[in-house]
Amino acid sequence: MLPYKSHNEKITLLKNGSLDLVENVKYFLSEIEKRKSLNCFLEIFSDDVIQNAEIISEKIKTGKAGKLAGMVIAVKDLLSIKGKRMTCGSKFLENFYPIYTATCVQRLLNEDAIIIGKTNLDEFAMGSSNENSAYGIVRNPVNEAYVPGGSSGGSAAAVAAFQCDVAIGTDTGGSIRQPAAFCGVYGLKPTYGRVSRYGLTSFASSFDTIGAFARTTYDVAALMEVISGYDEMDSTSVKYDVDNYSEDIKSFKKFRIGVTSSLIHEAYSPEIKSKWIATIEKLKLLGHEIVYIDLPHSEYSIAAYYILTTAEASSNLARFDGARYAKRSNESKDLSEMYINSRSEGFGAEVKRRIMLGTYVLSSGYYDAYYLKAQKVRRIIKNDFDKCFKQVDAIIIPTTPTPPFKIGEKTENPLEMYLSDIFTTTANLAGIPGISIPVGHSENGLPIGIQLLADQFNESTLLQLSRQLEMYNYL
Amino acid sequence: MSVSQSDVKYIAGLAKLKFEDSEIDSLTEQLNSILFYIDKLNQLDTSDVEPLSYPVEIELNMRDDILKASVSRKEALSNAPDSNDEYFKVPKVIG
Repeated sequence: MLPYKSHNEKITLLKNGSLDLVENVKYFLSEIEKRKSLNCFLEIFSDDVIQNAEIISEKIKTGKAGKLAGMVIAVKDLLSIKGKRMTCGSKFLENFYPIYTATCVQRLLNEDAIIIGKTNLDEFAMGSSNENSAYGIVRNPVNEAYVPGGSSGGSAAAVAAFQCDVAIGTDTGGSIRQPAAFCGVYGLKPTYGRVSRYGLTSFASSFDTIGAFARTTYDVAALMEVISGYDEMDSTSVKYDVDNYSEDIKSFKKFRIGVTSSLIHEAYSPEIKSKWIATIEKLKLLGHEIVYIDLPHSEYSIAAYYILTTAEASSNLARFDGARYAKRSNESKDLSEMYINSRSEGFGAEVKRRIMLGTYVLSSGYYDAYYLKAQKVRRIIKNDFDKCFKQVDAIIIPTTPTPPFKIGEKTENPLEMYLSDIFTTTANLAGIPGISIPVGHSENGLPIGIQLLADQFNESTLLQLSRQLEMYNYL
Repeated sequence: MSVSQSDVKYIAGLAKLKFEDSEIDSLTEQLNSILFYIDKLNQLDTSDVEPLSYPVEIELNMRDDILKASVSRKEALSNAPDSNDEYFKVPKVIG
């Protein structure tokens, strides 16, 4: 058992000497060892973490430690750390050692956080169940027969199983919020451009975001505050000031919250519906105003999302050719064969499927019908949100249409798997932030999450609402 | 719209991927079910809509054009499947 809930408490215990950081790190290592079957980690930095814990303990004693001193963090294996193997969940990269560190990881290190290891994921972040990793599936810590969600399944499961304090994930169409919901933790996807993507392996460059998993709202806030902000290494990162999230969440500000019936028929599980309604009731009791809104084009989001992201992915993954890095096929007579053999041996089935779809929608004669059409629909969906956010501060919708599904249940039907992202892809199309908040369990005891969305750069609103709902549960 | 098996083989060529015949079968079927679903976008009239390529529409932040050191040759070659001290090595390009 941990003697603290969130990092502000941990820091206090570390400072007054009642918590030993080295013992704390050893506790997490033993929890990882105890539940190896979950397969959350692809790499564990066992030696480094003990050494770093000793160094940071000294810093804390001398009062020189950073904001995240001693926070033990797991990082999705799609983000680079110099000299540490990065696989992206792919066989293609089984021997790849990055030569630079991702900006968001560097910012954590600058604040004296401790990186405990790299977490498992769907190959190149393509998947909604973590069944597409070349290094084995991740299991849901609450019930190991079920998926933890994806693609950041390892990060979500590691946080839920107390194998670290918090974790970093990435979200292109729901890859933070959906696994957060399935594992019963908080998961925030920030506004596009809020966190630098430098050092993140690109999947769909105009959708990819980096965010946080934690067991408390405070920890999400503390983490986001550090990793957000402009970086000259990412030209799409934004220069706006970062709010003081961990202070902001102390407020009990009242908001106008939008409820929409659009898409709600997609929540085919009555358990999800009842949790959604219960959360709306809680928000009312907390004094927030509920406003009915309309998002009339949400039903087109999955179609637009899969055209645009597969197109971007097919282009981004063209760099994996076996020439300069990644595993090269040995049996090639000429250059063209080397490309074809390396890519065919290196990529898994889902990645190939998406490259194929993306190549098709970008190919001559189909570009206007698919890619351009989808970009226009993207505008229509964003306009819907722009209109709504003139009336409300946040929107409440479920995170997922169903509670966690069983391992193997959807692997045979890619389209059905894609449709499980129905509530999450809209935020990535519109570039807006979203948070999944744990709100209880299904009859089978599996976690359920409810999602709040806000206008671009209003992460603070989401965190304040999340904190208020979290406090409500303690009442 | 739908794709035939020969379309799928053609796209595989563009994507520099190869598949077994049995894989082509199932891939064609899967792509068609996805394309059938995607066709629902045609229900929307988008004739007066500007395409959106980046969701946050601000000007890209450019760095000052100042010369500075970047990756060393040694580092750049450190993950190469095949190289000598100076170059990446690949199979023969011209026969």
